[in-house]
Amino acid sequence: MTEEIIIAGFGGQGVLSMGKILAYSGAMQDKEVSWMPSYGPEMRGGTANVSVIISDERISSPIISQFDTAIILNQQSLDKFESSVKPGGVLLYDPNGITNPPKRTDINIYKVAATEKAADLGLAKVFNMIVLGGFLKVKPVVTEEFIEKGLMKSLPERHHGMIPENLKAVQTGKEIVEAVRTL
Amino acid sequence: MAKELKLMKGNEAIAEAAIRSGCDGYFGYPITPQSEVMEYLMAEKPWEKTGMVVLQAESETSSINMVYGGAGVGKKVMTSSSSPGISLMQEGLTYLAGAELPAIVVNVVRGGPGLGTIQPSQADYFQATKGGGHGDYQLFVLAPATVQEMYDFVFLGWEIAFKYRNPVMILSDGAIGQVMEKLYVGDYVPRWTDEELKKNAPWASFGKPANREHHIITSLELDSAKQEQHNHKLQAKYREMEEKEVRFEAINCDDADYIFVAYGSSARIAEKAMQLGKEKGYKIGILRLITLFPFPKKKIAELSTKVKGMLAVEMSAGQMVEDVRLAAQFRCPIEHFGRYGGIIHTPQEVLEALEEKIIKR
Repeated sequence: MTEEIIIAGFGGQGVLSMGKILAYSGAMQDKEVSWMPSYGPEMRGGTANVSVIISDERISSPIISQFDTAIILNQQSLDKFESSVKPGGVLLYDPNGITNPPKRTDINIYKVAATEKAADLGLAKVFNMIVLGGFLKVKPVVTEEFIEKGLMKSLPERHHGMIPENLKAVQTGKEIVEAVRTL
Repeated sequence: MAKELKLMKGNEAIAEAAIRSGCDGYFGYPITPQSEVMEYLMAEKPWEKTGMVVLQAESETSSINMVYGGAGVGKKVMTSSSSPGISLMQEGLTYLAGAELPAIVVNVVRGGPGLGTIQPSQADYFQATKGGGHGDYQLFVLAPATVQEMYDFVFLGWEIAFKYRNPVMILSDGAIGQVMEKLYVGDYVPRWTDEELKKNAPWASFGKPANREHHIITSLELDSAKQEQHNHKLQAKYREMEEKEVRFEAINCDDADYIFVAYGSSARIAEKAMQLGKEKGYKIGILRLITLFPFPKKKIAELSTKVKGMLAVEMSAGQMVEDVRLAAQFRCPIEHFGRYGGIIHTPQEVLEALEEKIIKR
């Protein structure tokens, strides 16, 4: 199993930390992982994206341009990465602020209304974990047990009190994710 | 040795390795994309644990001269920077080489020339392997391709630097500096005691007792006959490195029709391109260079008689490819491919380049 993922959105949406938690969780589950951020001026307030690879085998290139899954959190990122999903792959997006939804018919498209749900539940801080939950429902590349271990390892100890809230957000994401168009 | 699993950026692995390898002092100046090295050291406060000094100098020129001073007294000292900062250090590097001082200098390369961009590049190959500063000297150049190697090569770097009394450069790039991967770290190696230092660096200037000659650390020699002798000694040392210290990884080279020659992040990308090529029925191997100086001339010469062509893959306009051509002596077609100026080539682009430049020619 090798899952090549791009997570893309605005800086501040928790794109990089979502990727980090996913990578840590994969590492805890004894998988090979890589986390490659786009770094540079675009990170400061603009768009942010990170490639995460989780694999049972040695990872060749951490730098990739075709993805099994794209997790998309804003319109610019959708415009940029829709065409980079491998045929038969997955595009998961949060519909908030999306005016031109994905058009491809050779991939599986899902949406997770995480922004809206996070506001409803007062879980704005763990919005990204709702999205992650949606992804894990579609592609269970790591199990919940290891998500918890990944959180323990990636969050500084002073934030460990927030782990139950994070796990609740993951659960919420699993519940609200819905298929838009699948093959 | 106990192994502990961590998940870290390449830059952080350099810093962790410095602390765990018994480094005495790190002197640096921040620059993207390697600022995490000093950031990590400052957060870890190794001066409280091992006594290691971490100091932000006022410039790169200053940090390399602090390295010169520390190395002169036999300490394990290092610095790190990125391309424009490394250019500022060239005077210090040739002085270190001339005075035969051990040190580790990390270059997390970004796109140039000039201030350039902050994105990854491999366009400092010439500077790292062909001097950069003045005079006939060589740095020992290691090219890590993984976060684990960023860590391991600091340990290897000390070994080489003190064995040959020569500065070692770890030539990385923004991609390997920024990527986070699994890393296994070992036990802490204690810093040398004064007694160990005298044993391991007997030439150093650690205080002169009445009963021995001065230990003089200098790169100046006004008598040109003596300077020539000194140069002969340096050259003999570089030839010994070429004889004994060449390191590379040959992946699927034995029955390959085509070879990617690459180092660092380009070698990782080439490995993916190799997998994509396999799906198309191509037999591709990779010669991943681990030491850029000494350069694996013999291995390239050997492969050049067996394959249909080689593609040198590097994020530059074509630097390492010159050494590949020299080593292969035109016994097979050798072409270059690479994006540069901060753009990273994709595995698909690398495979297409192999098809266009070598396979279909």
